[in-house]
Amino acid sequence: MHLLPHAPARLPYAASALSGYIIRRLWQSVLVLLAVSLLSFVLIFLSGDPVAALVPLNARPEDMDTVRRAYNLDQPIAVQYLLFLEQAAHGDLGDSFRYHAPALPLVLGRLPATVLLAVCSFVLTALVSIPIGVFAATHESGAVDAMTTTGSLLAISMPSFWLGVILILVFAGTLRVLPASGTGTWQHLILPTLTISAFAIGLLVRLVRRSVSETLRQPFVTTARGKGLAEPTIAWRHVLRNSAIPIVTVMGLQLGALVGGSVVVETVFAWPGVGWLMIQSIEARDLPVIRAAVLVLASFIVLINLAVDLTYTLLDPRIRFEGSR
Amino acid sequence: MRWSRRTLLGAALVAIVVATALLSLMWTPHPPNQQDLNNSLLPPVGALDANPAFPLGTDLNGRDLLSRIMVGARASLLVGLLSVLVGGVIGVSLGLFSGYFGGWPDSLIMRLVDIQLSLPGVLLAIALLAGLGKSLLNVVLVLGFVSWVQYARLVRGSTLASRDREYVLSAHALGASNVRIMAKHILPNITGPLLVVATINISTNILAEAALSYLGVGVPLSTVTWGGMLNEGKQVFDVAWWNAVWPGLAILVTVFGTNLLGDGLNAE
Repeated sequence: MHLLPHAPARLPYAASALSGYIIRRLWQSVLVLLAVSLLSFVLIFLSGDPVAALVPLNARPEDMDTVRRAYNLDQPIAVQYLLFLEQAAHGDLGDSFRYHAPALPLVLGRLPATVLLAVCSFVLTALVSIPIGVFAATHESGAVDAMTTTGSLLAISMPSFWLGVILILVFAGTLRVLPASGTGTWQHLILPTLTISAFAIGLLVRLVRRSVSETLRQPFVTTARGKGLAEPTIAWRHVLRNSAIPIVTVMGLQLGALVGGSVVVETVFAWPGVGWLMIQSIEARDLPVIRAAVLVLASFIVLINLAVDLTYTLLDPRIRFEGSR
Repeated sequence: MRWSRRTLLGAALVAIVVATALLSLMWTPHPPNQQDLNNSLLPPVGALDANPAFPLGTDLNGRDLLSRIMVGARASLLVGLLSVLVGGVIGVSLGLFSGYFGGWPDSLIMRLVDIQLSLPGVLLAIALLAGLGKSLLNVVLVLGFVSWVQYARLVRGSTLASRDREYVLSAHALGASNVRIMAKHILPNITGPLLVVATINISTNILAEAALSYLGVGVPLSTVTWGGMLNEGKQVFDVAWWNAVWPGLAILVTVFGTNLLGDGLNAE
């Protein structure tokens, strides 16, 4: 949407390509959040009549009707959805069957633990994969490169929960240097973080290596070499800056995936985050909490992705001037 | 087609797993569900109280781990292949349709794709399975549903590119129906990248099924899967490490082999 003198103004004020993109991106996030709310609303209907899950086995039909009315289940589906949205907007997502306490505060209380894991894993992933990837790319076909390729492929082929168990066996069981589960000290953070990061590190090392490798073949690198610059300088100052964009993009998207991946790992280490709560609630058929957990986790991931996207937009000038697509 | 050593290794690993699964249909060292509490938690061969009749050891109920690993291969491969089939059929069809006809159906489908891509697959799968309940069929359907978007996007892009090519226009001029054009002219040209995505998807789905079974939302416990075995193994792993190690190793070998194969095909 270039600002030509005769271009029809679709917005009441002069808009640059950037804000056009931002608006579209925001609008898309709203749609996704609506889809998430629809998903968590529909959850309890997927396995049949939800009333059956809410009453004891020997309930009389009158009791079931009472429950049905109490939970608004006798209304048309569309009305139920709107009621659900309205209640959710007020922070009311029902009460947990297990804890007899409001579901949403319960879930939100566990969110910091999950976020802590995700952030630590993100930092570790970035710190480890970039140097390794760059090194492998600059020393192509060397021993390190071969080990890196195989190692990273192994890392993305491993079930994360299995890696967690192995790490516990080795470090908490045999060597006894780290705690096996729970939380409290920074030592408790190490094994879960390692477990979550492994997959992401494998993925990113491959990406970094490929990206840097391609950039190294570009003409400007030959020029730099001709100028007499040392290889490490070339790699870090020139190449990395140019191959940074796809790397940063994927890393940003990984943050959301790391939160999703922590769901499984939390159960291995009994880490008190939203993921573990969700799994326990599934086992206990605690529907309000399942619903709240799905809503909170998914919304959180959507918001992270939005933030990453917008940051990426600000960083990459090409997006700014390319206009709407 | 010259395959590198790593691709051959991948092919070999996959072949071994497939062969094991097929073999398990006819024979296993012991019946996989046979319980004998006298044999509970026997260690694998090499340890002191090992019983050579159970080379990989036994689980809490005295069931032979080797037999269960063999049978577990079936579920993993079935889910891996079938879910990719489901997702692929849906995704390719919608992608072809979307790219070929364009217009508002295209926008609608792509909007759906964007929405679904914003949600992490594992979370979506867990949520859906929590509602639908545990069964092999549900896992296949849910994983297929979660993965259709990758195929749709890829196929749509290729279809858009091929749509205005001469061979399509001439086929059209000759009176070929739209379906015939899509199936016989456009589709064969995009099988390359499609195969690559499918291979990656197979390994992703095998890992996903294992995770779902481990969490207890995937296949019911009566069906033997590696993920389920890991779940059971985790409960006893402090006294019997082999219960937790073998199933994960099996998953690792299968997925690693598939990835090597996929990588090799991608490089061609």
